[in-house]
Amino acid sequence: MAEIRTEEMLINMGPQHPSTHGVLRLKLALSGEIVDDVKPYIGYLHRCFEKHCEAMTYSQIIPYTDRMDYLNSINNEHAYALAVEKLCGIELPERVEYIRVIMAELQRIASHLVAIGTYGNDAGAFTPFLYCFIDREKVLELFEMVCGARLLYNYIWIGGLSHDITPDFIRKTKEFITYMRPRITQINGLLTYNKIFIERTINIGMLPVDVAINSGASGPTLRGSGYKYDLRKHDTYSIYNKVDFDVCVGTGEYGTIGDCWNRYIVRVDEMEQSLRIIEQLIDNIPEGDVQSAVPKRVKPPVGEVYVRTESPKGELAYYIISDGGIKPFRVKARSPSFCNVSLLEKISKGHMIADVVMILGSFDIVLGCIDR
Amino acid sequence: MEEFLKSIIGDNIITYIIMPIPALIFVSLFALYAVLAERKVSAWISNRIGPNRAGGKMGLLQTILDGIKLVQKEFVSPVRSDRFLFKAAPFIIFTAAFMGYAVIPFSSLYIGVDLNLGLFYFFSITSLGVIGMLMAGWASNNKYSLFGGIRSVAQIISYEIPTALAALVVVMLAGTLSMQAFCVAQDGGIFNWFIFGGPGGLSKIILIPFMITACVILFLSTLAETNRTPFDIPEADSELVAGVHLEYSGMQFAMFFFAEYAQMFAVAGVIATLFLGGWQSPFGDLVPFLNSPVMQIIWFLAKGFFLVFVQIWMRWTLPRVRVDQLMTICWKFLIPISFVNIFVVALYIIFFK
Amino acid sequence: METAEIYEKLKKTFTEGIGELKTNLPVYPFFFVDADKVNAICCFLRDEESLQFDNLSCLSGVDYDIDNLAVVYHLYSYTLNHQLVIKTTVPKTNPVVRTVSDVWVAAEWHEREAFDLIGVNFEGHPDLRRILLPEDWEGHPLRKDYKVPDFYNGMKVPY
Repeated sequence: MAEIRTEEMLINMGPQHPSTHGVLRLKLALSGEIVDDVKPYIGYLHRCFEKHCEAMTYSQIIPYTDRMDYLNSINNEHAYALAVEKLCGIELPERVEYIRVIMAELQRIASHLVAIGTYGNDAGAFTPFLYCFIDREKVLELFEMVCGARLLYNYIWIGGLSHDITPDFIRKTKEFITYMRPRITQINGLLTYNKIFIERTINIGMLPVDVAINSGASGPTLRGSGYKYDLRKHDTYSIYNKVDFDVCVGTGEYGTIGDCWNRYIVRVDEMEQSLRIIEQLIDNIPEGDVQSAVPKRVKPPVGEVYVRTESPKGELAYYIISDGGIKPFRVKARSPSFCNVSLLEKISKGHMIADVVMILGSFDIVLGCIDR
Repeated sequence: MEEFLKSIIGDNIITYIIMPIPALIFVSLFALYAVLAERKVSAWISNRIGPNRAGGKMGLLQTILDGIKLVQKEFVSPVRSDRFLFKAAPFIIFTAAFMGYAVIPFSSLYIGVDLNLGLFYFFSITSLGVIGMLMAGWASNNKYSLFGGIRSVAQIISYEIPTALAALVVVMLAGTLSMQAFCVAQDGGIFNWFIFGGPGGLSKIILIPFMITACVILFLSTLAETNRTPFDIPEADSELVAGVHLEYSGMQFAMFFFAEYAQMFAVAGVIATLFLGGWQSPFGDLVPFLNSPVMQIIWFLAKGFFLVFVQIWMRWTLPRVRVDQLMTICWKFLIPISFVNIFVVALYIIFFK
Repeated sequence: METAEIYEKLKKTFTEGIGELKTNLPVYPFFFVDADKVNAICCFLRDEESLQFDNLSCLSGVDYDIDNLAVVYHLYSYTLNHQLVIKTTVPKTNPVVRTVSDVWVAAEWHEREAFDLIGVNFEGHPDLRRILLPEDWEGHPLRKDYKVPDFYNGMKVPY
């Protein structure tokens, strides 16, 4: 039989595509339905964050850090404020630390809800997406109660917070905790343990632990491969050493450890752990003034600092070099999705197009973070 | 109704032309309101409201206004597409879907054409839609549409087989392929419907699990034939943006859409005829009023609408199946189970009839 | 292990190519290494039993002063839970640094970004091209003396 001449087909999952979670371009080289090569092209959302930082004072940078990972603003601000405070040597009142952690955990729940909802949408299940967003509305209402903004807050200032919380907020947060727990069970029943969804996500995109660590993967991507490492526990910052929570790893309940389903289940379990943290903190917030340690002018000494924090997407770190003036010399944001997306090339070889979409969804990327 | 019209008009050909017209009118109205029903039902499932502005709380004029909007849109076609195939594809799919309505038995007095090969005709005509999808996928000059077209052809052709095999069970029990004969054979109340084994004595209880299996297989295979989730890979809008109908705009897109909803009801009608008693009322002869020809239409429509509702419900609850898993389901599960069904029913017929 | 101990260990193995340990500035101590020895030192840091720096947390390019560019490596060890910061400087006229993308795969994209925004050439990198900016952009924006070009492909840039 004569050799049939075959050609590799190049298909472009272009910057505009319903499933690339933002403006990401993937160039797929296919033979039939099997993917031979994936090349991600980023930079469509590059807004020159780092160059802007060199032209603004330290406090003026905070709204810009919000907009990097826009689904997760509080954690961005928290990481940046921690970095500057470490450099300046500012001591924070306890009340500020407690409120910051409560806000960060609420934001973690909101971010994971988006990840879970859109992952279901990629798989074709349209309803869990809307159910997750109903729950996310409740979290955004809590944020609006405190600082007036739903998505981009400018709430965590260097040395303190912009607004104090009210007793109403505490009451509503407790109501939210009792509301959210059964909703997680409902999402599990609807999506997580659905046979078709399990078949779509198991044994796809296997990520061995050593490849993950070497490539800089972090957060649920790394924990889905079974490696128990959480920056909140192992390199603790703020008051995370005072709260008790478990580090969630991929359990291998379905599929093998390191596949998409296990990365996904880490996120679902983390929401439960965040609720636990909020529960432990919400009743014990000490009294104090949230603005007492906010300096009039932030002028750090000459030096540099590197602070790593655990954002819902992974390890978010800020590297700030100061030359003694009121504007930073260099600010570098190390974003978790940047390292996670570079993994896509290596682990999607040999799968089908539908699987590439699922693998990308399991990394939970946000293009604002990647492109800065 | 055929004889009645023949006696009035006296001419066979004109009678045969007038007979299917009510079915066509029905299907046009149904396609319009099925789109609205899908939007409303899906909204209620996902905790939203759905269209509620156009024409009162239920949005009754919504689809008509959408249709008017689509009619005024420009027909955009890609530069290097195959012009003739590109323009012809929606018509072929539309025609294939609508032609199937000729043999759907709405009532004991009304059926479009009472062919004695009705079921066979139905399955053959609906598979003509494959040609249309392939034409649309190829002629769009777009790799995504091509993918959608290829997957669609593979899917529809594979799922023809379990459809035919599952329907074969009922054909064996009834002994005929005519759609009216299926309905007539199931008279006498709910326990004589084929899903419970058809007319016969107590011995048909053995058949019930196999008939229910056959009904479920038929339902799933026809879901795959009409490209509905969980089998909607050709139009998977998270991978291949809109698949086959990516490059179509305006009324051409509306034709794809209406053809899909028309096929949904046609298939629901066939399942209702084969397994759920067609236009028979569940009370049988106990309440004769409920078995009159006008009420029969209502029973048939109720069964058809219920099955369409189940199809919409499934679309909005389940995620999508991947292409190779789809083929696995068809060839490794549905076909062997259908063969077992046929074998058992054949044995039953030999020993008990 | 503290940075000072790691520094002593490195000094014993690599007698030349390692600069002084700077401890006077906040927040953490760091030291400089030579640009062409970076790969060898990083291999040693990753493979040595007592050090085991298996994770490159961040690789940043910095416009250090008027004549020099710097590349800063933040290393972390998951197994032994310690961290290290090393830097290398290269002159602006010939900014060539040996790549570490064969030591840590994470460096591939970080080095592309440093090349894109600062202009450091990484010798031995498998695929060094611009990552955030378009392929045909001219200039390296994060340098202090960067001037925004007036036109890009016929479109006016500053507006």
